[in-house]
Order: sequence, then C-alpha cells, then structure tokens
Amino acid sequence: MLTKRIIPCLDIKDGRTVKGVNFENIRDAGDPIELGALYAAQGADELVFLDITATNERRKTLAELVSRIARHVNIPFTVGGGIAAVEDVNVLLQSGADKISVNTAAFNSPGLIDAMAREFGSQCIVLAIDTRFEDGDWYVYLNGGRVKTATRAFDWAKEAVDRGAGEILLTSMNNDGTKKGFALDITGQLSQNLHVPVIASGGAGTVEHFVDVFEKAQADAALAASIFHYKEIEIPALKTFLYEKGVNVRF
Amino acid sequence: MKTAIIKYNAGNIRSVQFALERLGVTGIVTDNPEEIISADKVIFPGVGEASTAMRYLRERKLDQLITGLKQPVLGICLGMQLLCKHSEENDTDCLGIFDTAVKRFQSPVENLLKIPQIGWNNITGLHSVMFEHVPENAYMYFVHSYYASLGADTVAITNYVINYSAALQKDNFYAVQFHPEKSADSGSRIIENFLNL
Repeated sequence: MLTKRIIPCLDIKDGRTVKGVNFENIRDAGDPIELGALYAAQGADELVFLDITATNERRKTLAELVSRIARHVNIPFTVGGGIAAVEDVNVLLQSGADKISVNTAAFNSPGLIDAMAREFGSQCIVLAIDTRFEDGDWYVYLNGGRVKTATRAFDWAKEAVDRGAGEILLTSMNNDGTKKGFALDITGQLSQNLHVPVIASGGAGTVEHFVDVFEKAQADAALAASIFHYKEIEIPALKTFLYEKGVNVRF
Repeated sequence: MKTAIIKYNAGNIRSVQFALERLGVTGIVTDNPEEIISADKVIFPGVGEASTAMRYLRERKLDQLITGLKQPVLGICLGMQLLCKHSEENDTDCLGIFDTAVKRFQSPVENLLKIPQIGWNNITGLHSVMFEHVPENAYMYFVHSYYASLGADTVAITNYVINYSAALQKDNFYAVQFHPEKSADSGSRIIENFLNL
C-alpha cells in the first residue's frame, strides 16, 4: 500500500539551510547535505530544497549543490527556487535531482509547465503554490509571498495539472510559521478534486497536525521545516505516532 | 569488475551512478557496444516515455545488443518496462525478454487513484537472489503511470489498486519497477545483491 510521505524542507541561501518564519526573520539551521542525510537516515520519505539565493551566481552554485546532495542522499529529492526555463530543469535533473518545483515563473508563463512536462515527464514537475485566505477565498501569491494575484489557488492548481504538473506543493501563508496546524480546507479541496498528489505545507506544530492533514484533508504528503530543524518533532517519533493512529507510513 | 550503465534518451542516470558510487563501484555510462558487451554487469535505467526510448534504441541497434547480453542485466523503471513484450504507452513493441504486457493504471472512480503513483510502496512475495536480506514488505520508491502485469517471471508483487509486478527475473535478466537507487538502505541492498551475482 502506498504510504503517506513526510518531507522535511530545507530552504537554501548561499549553500546553507535557513528557515523564514512567516517568510521573514531568517535564521541559520545548518549544512544542507548533512541535514538532508540525517533526515534520510531518520526515515524522511523525501526532501525538498528551496533555493532562495538571489544572486547571478545562483544557477551554477545550485547545480553543484544538487550534485553533492545526490551523491550523499539515498532518497528522492525536489529542488525549487527561481526555476524559470526548461534548460534550468535539464541542468538540475542531470545533476541528480528527482523533481523540480516551479512557482512564480510558471504562473507568469503557464506554457512553461506544458514544455517541462513534455520534455521531462509530469512525474518530475511539481507546482508550488503559495496561497493566502482573504475575502472569502484562497488566492495565489507570487515572489515568495510578496505579490498578490486575483487568481484562486484551486483554479490555478487545476489548470497546472491539466497542463502537466505531476504534483502540487501547497503552502498556506496564513498557517506558515504559526504551528497551529495545516490549512485543512484548501488542502482537502485540492487533494480530493485533483488526480495528482498534494503535498501540504505550512503550520505544522504538533504530531496531531500531521494526522489531521492526512486523515481529514487526505493530503498525500506533509512538508515542514523549522519543527524538524530545531528538533521540536523528530521524524521517528512522528512516524510511530502516525502508525499508532492508523496512518500508513514507511519504516 | 566493470559495470556499464546504458546511456540513452531517458533520464536519471546520474542517480544510479551515485548509488553505485556509495557502494564503492564506478559505473560507466556508455552507449558504446563494445563497452557494454565487455562489462561484467549491465544496468538499464530510465525515466521517460516508452515509444521515444524504443525508437532511440532501435536507431542505434541497442535493442538487439541488449537482448543478446549474457551477463547479468538490471532493468530499472522504464528499463524494466522496455524489457517486457509490449507497452500500452503509445502502443509500443518492446524488447520481449519478459512475456509480460505493460498497461496503464486505471482509476476505478475518477480521482480515487492518483496517477502517476509517486511514493513508497511495499513489495511482497519476494523470490529472487536480488532480495537476499531484503525483508518481505520492504518499502521501495516508485514513480510510474504504467505497470507490468503479473506473470511467470514475477519475483515481487506490489499493490496499487491491483497487484502487479514490482520485479521480474528470467535467465540473466533482472528488473525492478521501483527505484532501488532512491530507496534508502533496502534499495541499496538490492543493487549490492545484483553486483554480487
């Protein structure tokens, strides 16, 4: 039986792991390779590396980092952050990434998703959506949550899947950093109405929150960062708890 | 020992190379017939689309070369499907080592079954030297929309709404649908077992 996945997310800046709380107040949480290998050994099912470096050197640095990660980590991993061209995807996959995630560039040029899926297959194209609930609905935000759009998260997710996105990584900005639980409503809406896996992100604070997002929202995977980096929740204990609650997980 | 990884137009070859490296083995990525034929072990990896991959192999006569190999060969993911007889993916005739049909997953109810299957699933009914020291129900990482049916060559089974072949074996040909190179320690053990054949 296919298991629910636990995915630690490592935000990368200049080759180091950082985590922003509510997308601000960034703190250093260690070396990405070391941390990634540690999570893999602890039973993480996948890893996500989001590059938030904003310099011209970033593309080359990222490819080198990806190759170092692939050398040391024996579980699948996704790389995202500023990916805007088919050639970027090619370089990262060739360096050893299993999947790439696209966000702002795909929203601005949706044809990118078609082109990437055609070239590399849907299975390696993850669409990341940052969303915020306001005025009665969930709207797409771009540029790391700084730019609001008038598009509903569900509509964009559906279009992206039709264009060939193979997975949705959904981050609720309302929940991110709060440790009060995942956004169950929008996660459930996507997961139950789209035929691709949905990764829930933003708001994990306790082990019960993971049970809720898997059982109530039927997420396929749950992603978190700071609670893992600062050892507030450790992956073996989380998986044991999920197992005891009847959630199918890998040991 | 020389291990060749067949180079063709299907992705994720680097991950296989790194997995070998973690076991202290250098994998040579090549489409040179002599290099492949002279290797002690041959790995046929792949993530991609069946008809495009088969066309590429035929154009370079790698199809005949692969089916004629006498040393242990390990097909991974698309590599395994291409070793089967026929794939529903764009109605493609494949290499025919395994007398098995490759079909597309069908959701019994709309959106109930997510396709592709992405993630960790368990393998059962293990009976191959590939699985020595790999426990029954071990979890492996799968990413695929098409599956090989059960048949005489099935040596491991996985369930995703239906039971299908997680692994096949016939003579010197070994094949797995999952990605051992991405399946943590259990996956690494399978690669090691293959290298020790």
